[in-house]
Amino acid sequence: MADKLINVKLKVWRQKGPKDQGSFKEYDAKNVSTSESFLEMLDQVNENLITKGEDPIVFDHDCREGICGSCGFMINGDAHGPQKSTTVCQLHMRAFKDGDVLVLEPWRASAFPIVKDLMVDRSALDRVISSGGYISTNAGGARDANSILIPKQDADEAMASATCIGCGACVASCKNASAALFTSAKISHMALLPQGQVERERRALLMVEQMDEEGFGACSSTGACSASCPKDISLTNIARMNREFLKASINKKPESSDSGGM
Amino acid sequence: MFSFLTSTVGKKYLMGLSGLIWTGFVFAHMAGNMLMFVSPDAYNIYGHNLVTGKLIYFVEGLLILALITHVVLAINLTLENRKARPSRYAMLGSKEKGSRWASRTMAIHGTIILIFIISHLITFKFGTYYETTVDGVVMRDLFRLMIEIFTQPVYLVWYFISLILLGFHLSHGVGSVFQSFGLLHPAYQPMIKTVSWVYAIVVVLGFLSQPIAVFLFHNNGGQA
Ligand code: FES
Repeated sequence: MADKLINVKLKVWRQKGPKDQGSFKEYDAKNVSTSESFLEMLDQVNENLITKGEDPIVFDHDCREGICGSCGFMINGDAHGPQKSTTVCQLHMRAFKDGDVLVLEPWRASAFPIVKDLMVDRSALDRVISSGGYISTNAGGARDANSILIPKQDADEAMASATCIGCGACVASCKNASAALFTSAKISHMALLPQGQVERERRALLMVEQMDEEGFGACSSTGACSASCPKDISLTNIARMNREFLKASINKKPESSDSGGM
Repeated sequence: MFSFLTSTVGKKYLMGLSGLIWTGFVFAHMAGNMLMFVSPDAYNIYGHNLVTGKLIYFVEGLLILALITHVVLAINLTLENRKARPSRYAMLGSKEKGSRWASRTMAIHGTIILIFIISHLITFKFGTYYETTVDGVVMRDLFRLMIEIFTQPVYLVWYFISLILLGFHLSHGVGSVFQSFGLLHPAYQPMIKTVSWVYAIVVVLGFLSQPIAVFLFHNNGGQA
């Protein structure tokens, strides 16, 4: 891979804290190798800033291999940048040309308050998970992994839903800041598998309720979420969530205060 | 059930259901109006039978109920969605192209269509009452009113714009109602897309063919 050096101009959203107004600031990234990842380019810019005694640009990241869901911000209005099915940590500078102007903004949603600069607080997604994204299982020694038979198609579909890394790009690119794609991927993942059946209906009710409570908007089926998803989570998950939610609402049993027993 | 109806998902079921009722109505309305191509009398007799039948009260009631549900929920959802996403981005991304224009602008054409429905009712249902006699029965001469109105250029422009927006509104509505109802599946997703577009195009062309015909053949004198 022939290495090329390019110069790009960055317009970065700088915001000192959740209450700060925030504004764009311009930075030059000079002599950037096209083999560098986008975050490595930002590391370089930050090192320069630190040398000059300025505050570095804050952004979330962890694995840098596209699997943890920590990274993510908008590049020129695209969640995770212009490349399809790619997290920003896996985006390389070869996706850009010399002289490009890149506007970097944090995810914008009421449910994702800005922590600083490009970093937002995504714990709303964690609360959606903890409201119902779990299964009952037997304690004791681990059973043989293949003792439960699962049709291949179900396993594949569940796996496709399970690839959601919870980065929040769907929320960020939705005009309604809806978390329908995220929540539905989690509901689908477990509804498709035998292990998820015990809590299946309660899960759909609780997770949708929590999603609404966090202040995410409703789904308008624009498809912007799926188009910007680094894991290509499909819209059919949302259809499944709606179906599960309807079924669960119809079958809903009154919660009893009885704590079990005979 | 109450918590179902107040959830974002439940509201979408109601939006879809009320929209579908109007989807059916709009098609029937368009098809019925095609009788104008048969003869003025056929058109007038059809109108007369509609308003003298008993079914009209039920259908009108249902349509009004569906319209109110649709509009109230649309306002509620739009406000909530704006609250969820108060600030826009500095730039519109290229991935937005993955979403259809019609789907992002439902509230805007929805509002125009609502204004159109009201003005349409004022112009026709509550408009000038001409009378005619067909086979000895005195009835409203809606055909004459229609010719009168469809020969006014200003009205025609408004009619065309509204109808084309209605087409976009319907194409997204019909296409996404399956999603809202939880019926979307990769196997028939392409078919749903086609059906929603074909439906929208047939309805819009059907409605537009009527003023075009009037404009072409009745432009002088307003006599059939
Ligand atoms: S840093 Fe882990 S997915 Fe990007």
